[in-house]
Amino acid sequence: MQKSLHINPDNCTGCYQCVIACSDEHGDDFNPIKSRIQVFRFEDEGRYVPYTCTQCDEAWCQKACPTDAISADADGAKIVSEALCVGCKVCTIACPFGTINYNADSGKVNKCDLCGGNPACVKACPTDAITFIDANTTGFDRMRDWAAKTDAGSQTSA
Amino acid sequence: MKADYVIVGAGPAAVSAAETLRATDSKGSILILSGEKHAPYSRMAIPYVLTGMIDNEGTHLRKNANHFEQHQITVQHDTVTNVESSSKTLALGGGGSVEYGKLLIATGASPVNPPINGLDLPGVHHCWTLEDSDAISKIAGEGSNIVLMGAGFIGCIVLEALASSGANLTVVEAEDRMVPRMMNETAGNMIKDWCQNKGINVLTSTRVSGLSKSDEKLLVTMDNGDSQIADLVVVATGVRANVQCVKSSGVEIDEGIKVDEFMQSNVSDIYAAGDCAQGLDFSTGGWSVHAIQPTATEHGRIAALNMAGKEAAYKGSLNMNILDTAGLISSSFGEWQGVERGEIAEVIDHDNFRYMQLAFNGDRLIGALTLGRTNNIGILRGLIQSRTALGVWKERLLKNPNRIAEAYIANTQ
Ligand SMILES: Cc1cc2nc3c(=O)[nH]c(=O)nc-3n(C[C@H](O)[C@H](O)[C@H](O)COP(=O)(O)OP(=O)(O)OC[C@H]3O[C@@H](n4cnc5c(N)ncnc54)[C@H](O)[C@@H]3O)c2cc1C
Ligand code: SF4
Repeated sequence: MQKSLHINPDNCTGCYQCVIACSDEHGDDFNPIKSRIQVFRFEDEGRYVPYTCTQCDEAWCQKACPTDAISADADGAKIVSEALCVGCKVCTIACPFGTINYNADSGKVNKCDLCGGNPACVKACPTDAITFIDANTTGFDRMRDWAAKTDAGSQTSA
Repeated sequence: MKADYVIVGAGPAAVSAAETLRATDSKGSILILSGEKHAPYSRMAIPYVLTGMIDNEGTHLRKNANHFEQHQITVQHDTVTNVESSSKTLALGGGGSVEYGKLLIATGASPVNPPINGLDLPGVHHCWTLEDSDAISKIAGEGSNIVLMGAGFIGCIVLEALASSGANLTVVEAEDRMVPRMMNETAGNMIKDWCQNKGINVLTSTRVSGLSKSDEKLLVTMDNGDSQIADLVVVATGVRANVQCVKSSGVEIDEGIKVDEFMQSNVSDIYAAGDCAQGLDFSTGGWSVHAIQPTATEHGRIAALNMAGKEAAYKGSLNMNILDTAGLISSSFGEWQGVERGEIAEVIDHDNFRYMQLAFNGDRLIGALTLGRTNNIGILRGLIQSRTALGVWKERLLKNPNRIAEAYIANTQ
């Protein structure tokens, strides 16, 4: 069964444990800007929102890639092959969520890969703001509706 | 020969269409006719062949050599010379003919030359095919002298690769800044300054007036009276849709093959996609050629759905580019120039080569330019193409355009 990340911002206290765990897992130097999960802080409302790739079905990044560097694994996670990626950055403008980003140090792009089915951010989150559950019941719905509005074609998917 | 679906071309538009056709219609026969001898490949990966990051195979659109066979997609290497729509037959350069049920023209574009002498001399090349990159690689290198004609989007992408070879590089651009159709004066000139700081000689508002042979090298004469000796001249002065083979088919042609929102031309059963197609423009609601990779794959997918009988109306392509000029990353989206009665927000940081401009119509984002930013950049596309009403966030973005990610998240989470 496909599982995906479920993010509940109401539970987020802004402790950034997910960001640290993500950088650690992927061997990126600890740098919140480079983590594949980000936490946005809305000062006025005292609100924090963890944010990362939804592994969407449309997979704009994968479709736009000129070198076949992005593929879907068994969990449905879209994975970037560092060997095939040439760092052209087209996927970073094709993805309407902005969740695939160029890393100037590696010259390649980074995105959430669900850690091969055991996401480090989920393990690190002390308040269950990020959980890993059955894909059909996740709360990425608003993001998905929004994605549908951005889709190039009709809702028919090939 | 005969196939239910015939695709002319083997670039990203063609491959995306063939795969979508197969996913939608498991039985129909699919034939790709490729005018080049290589496996289906991506032109936009060529700069990375020039830098040595990948070999020719690295440009292949699908890395599994049996990919097309496995999906029962036949790839045949032959050029289509004519389309006869009355008999639904294609004439091939190799002599044969092919009958089609539905036809997709995905022939891409070809470089165009400026009206000057000497472009046929040895050492003068486009950078458009794998043959071009082979030829360029043989000459470019440490200490070689290269003149690049044109600093448009393609020119600037090639520039990055040429500069990294260690060559002495001069770029000649007729307009007053770099990437004039992608960047405004401020950003285009910041890119120019950056490149000059990196040791690239950038001549704007200058034209190459002629090329001639000088010993074993090329003499490049400029309209400002200057001249230069070069080992290699790379011509990147624009492209034009490849529509030759459909000229007598009755298909309507303007800047490219005119297609409706279903990617169909005015002739039934003939569709077009990618660089050769003039399709729906998301921003203007008119019809434009957007010669970029994401548009090619979207066009291919939508055309294929309709060809296979699954009606899908395209919402239009968004003109967008991302560019890396010697380490400075810039991007542009949609109607960055703004529209009448719309508003523009701008932040300039000359010293750090950072720039951002947002264009609004009412409380919706319609275009953007960025320099020196890579994080969450796709959100600009998302905000524009979802036509998200920004509400209070519009004022916040007018004050600080850098807050795009927050504006997006506040509207979706
Ligand atoms: C150097 C370079 C860098 C680029 N960088 C970028 C970038 O960074 N971002 C971006 O978005 N875009 C970039 N592009 C543009 C991008 O490559 C094109 O938009 C894209 O390739 C268009 O795809 P297409 O399938 O429409 O056409 P093409 O890729 O041009 O494919 C056309 C195909 O049709 C075949 N063909 C043509 N005529 C015939 C015929 N009569 N019979 C049979 N076959 C025929 C050709 O051989 C080819 O296989 C770049 C292009 C170049 C050259
Ligand atoms: S940056 Fe890498 S993964 Fe993204 S589209 Fe380009 S080659 Fe593919």
